[in-house]
Amino acid sequence: MASSTRVTFPNKVLPYLLLAPQLAITIVFFYWPASQAIRQSVLREDPFGLSTQFVGLGNFKRILSDPNYLNSLQVTIVFSIATAVIAMGFALLFAVMADKVIRGKGVYRTLMIWPYAVAPAIAGMLWLFLFNPSMGTFAYMIRSAGYNWDPLLNSNQAMLLVVAAAAWKQISYNFLFFVAGLQSIPKSLIEAAAIDGAGETKRFWTIIFPLLAPTTFFLLVVNTVYAFFDTFGIIHAVTGGGPGKATETLVYKVYNDGFVNLILGDSAAQSVILMVIVIGLTAIQFRYVERKVHYG
Amino acid sequence: MIQNNPIGRLVAHIILIVGILIVAFPIYYAFVASTQSLQDIMRPPLSLLPGGHFWENYTTALFGGIGRIGGVSVGRLLINSTIMALAIAVGKIIISILSAYAIVFFRFPGRMVFFWLIFITLMLPVEVRILPTYKVMVDLGLIDTYTGLTVPLMASATATLLFRQFFMTIPGELVEAARVDGAGPWRFFKDILLPLSKTNIAALFVILFIYGWTQYLWPLLMTNRNDMTTIVIGLRKMISFADADTEWHLVMVTCILAILPPILVVVLMQRWFVRGLVETEK
Repeated sequence: MASSTRVTFPNKVLPYLLLAPQLAITIVFFYWPASQAIRQSVLREDPFGLSTQFVGLGNFKRILSDPNYLNSLQVTIVFSIATAVIAMGFALLFAVMADKVIRGKGVYRTLMIWPYAVAPAIAGMLWLFLFNPSMGTFAYMIRSAGYNWDPLLNSNQAMLLVVAAAAWKQISYNFLFFVAGLQSIPKSLIEAAAIDGAGETKRFWTIIFPLLAPTTFFLLVVNTVYAFFDTFGIIHAVTGGGPGKATETLVYKVYNDGFVNLILGDSAAQSVILMVIVIGLTAIQFRYVERKVHYG
Repeated sequence: MIQNNPIGRLVAHIILIVGILIVAFPIYYAFVASTQSLQDIMRPPLSLLPGGHFWENYTTALFGGIGRIGGVSVGRLLINSTIMALAIAVGKIIISILSAYAIVFFRFPGRMVFFWLIFITLMLPVEVRILPTYKVMVDLGLIDTYTGLTVPLMASATATLLFRQFFMTIPGELVEAARVDGAGPWRFFKDILLPLSKTNIAALFVILFIYGWTQYLWPLLMTNRNDMTTIVIGLRKMISFADADTEWHLVMVTCILAILPPILVVVLMQRWFVRGLVETEK
C-alpha cells in the first residue's frame, strides 16, 4: 500500500459510494455462494432432500478415498502438465525464432495471437472437427495410414486430443510473454558471450534460458491455472469427460456431480478442495511472481 | 557483434512458418468447411480450398435459424454474445476504476478491509462455487436474463488491482495541484485521472471483451432458453456425434462467426492489447 503521506481527498462518504457497486456484486455473487459451498461441504442431504445432517469432514473423507475422485485428480495433473509443457515449449521455440528474424516480425506476431481470441470450447471443437472419426480429415488420414484412431472410444487418444486443443489455444499467450521476456534481456550480455566464443545453443542454455526464468515461472503458474479451470469448455464440448472417465478433470467432476447428478454434499466438498488449490496457486503467484496478475 | 547468420535466420523463418501453420490451420480449415456443402463435409478428406457455398451457408445460418437449437438464428446468438462481451468489458472497467479510485485517493475507515474483500475474490472463480451460485441466480430470478449473464461477472479483483497499481504511480503533486486549483474529486477524476488512464482502459477493454466473449461455464448455467444463450454455447448445442443430423456446414459457419469478432478486436487493437497484457502483468 502507498505510504500514509499520499495526498488524498478529504471526503468521508464519497469513497463508500464509489466502492458500493463492486462490493455489492462481490458479496451477492461471490461471498454468499462461496460461504454456501463451505456450509454444504459439511452437511449431508438424504437422496430425497428431506433432511440434512451435519457430517463434519465426512464428505471430504469420502471424496478423498473415492477412486473416481482420485482418478479425476490424476487426470487433471496429467492434463495440466502436458498442456503447460507443450504450450510453453512451442511458444518458447517460436519466440526465440521470432527474436532472430529481422523482417516480418510484426506479421508473425499478428498471425500468432489469433488463438488467444478463440474460446476454449471452440478450440476444442475445431480440433474435434479435424480429428473426429466419422468425418475428420486428419482422422481419415491417420486411419488410411493404418492406425486405429478413435478419440471417442480410446482414452489415451481422447486425452491427446483435449491436450492438443488446450495447448494450441494457450500458445499465443505464452508466445507474447516469451517475446517480451526475450526483448528485456540486454543484448550486450549475449554479445559478450558471443565474443567469448559461445555458440548459439550454448548462449541459449547458459544466458537466455536462465534470464527467462521469471517469465517461465510466471507462465507455469498461469498455464496451470488455465489448465485447471479455464479448460472446462474443452472437456465439456469435446469429450464430456469420457470415454469412461478418462478426461474427467476436477472442475468437470464438480459440475457433473453437482449439476447433473445432484450430489450436493460431495460437489460442495470438491468445490472447497478446489478453492484451497486456487488459494495455493494464487499465493505462489503473488509470493514469487511479484505483481504479476492473472486476468480472470 | 553477433555474426550475421543468414542460414540461421532462414531456419528461424521456416520454423515460424510451420508455427503459423499449426496456429492458423484449424481456423482456416473451419473456414474452408463453412463454404462447402454438407455432403462434401461428410466425405473426407475435405478439400484444402474453399468451396462454392459461401453465401448460401452464411445467409442460412445468420438469418434462417438452426433446427437443433430450436430454430434460433446465429444472428441472434451473435447479438447475445456481443451484448455479453460489451457489458462485461464496460461494466468491469467502470466498477473497477471507481473502486480503485476510492482505495487510492481517499482515506476512510475500513479501507484495507474493503481492499482485501476485493482481493480475495481472485481466489473464488465461478468454477469452484458452481452450484450455490446457480442457486442464488435462481432465487433472484436471473436465469435467462442479460442481467444474470453479465452483472455477476463484472466484479473482479484483477481490473481493480490493475487500476490501483497504475493510480499509485500518479505523483501526489498532481493531486495537490488539482486541489490548490479548487478541483474537487469529481473534476480530478474526469479531467486528470481518466485521460491518464486511456491506454490502460483500452488494453483492459480488449482483454475483458475476449474474457466475456469466450465465457463458457457461466452462460451454460445461466441460460436454458436457446434464444438467450451465447454463440459459444449455441455452437455446442448444435453438435451431436450420436445423430447423423448435425448440420456441419452450418456448424462451421457458426464457428467462424464465433471466432471472427474477438479476433478482429485483438488484431485491430493489437498495439494496446499486447502492451496491456504483457506490461501490466509483469
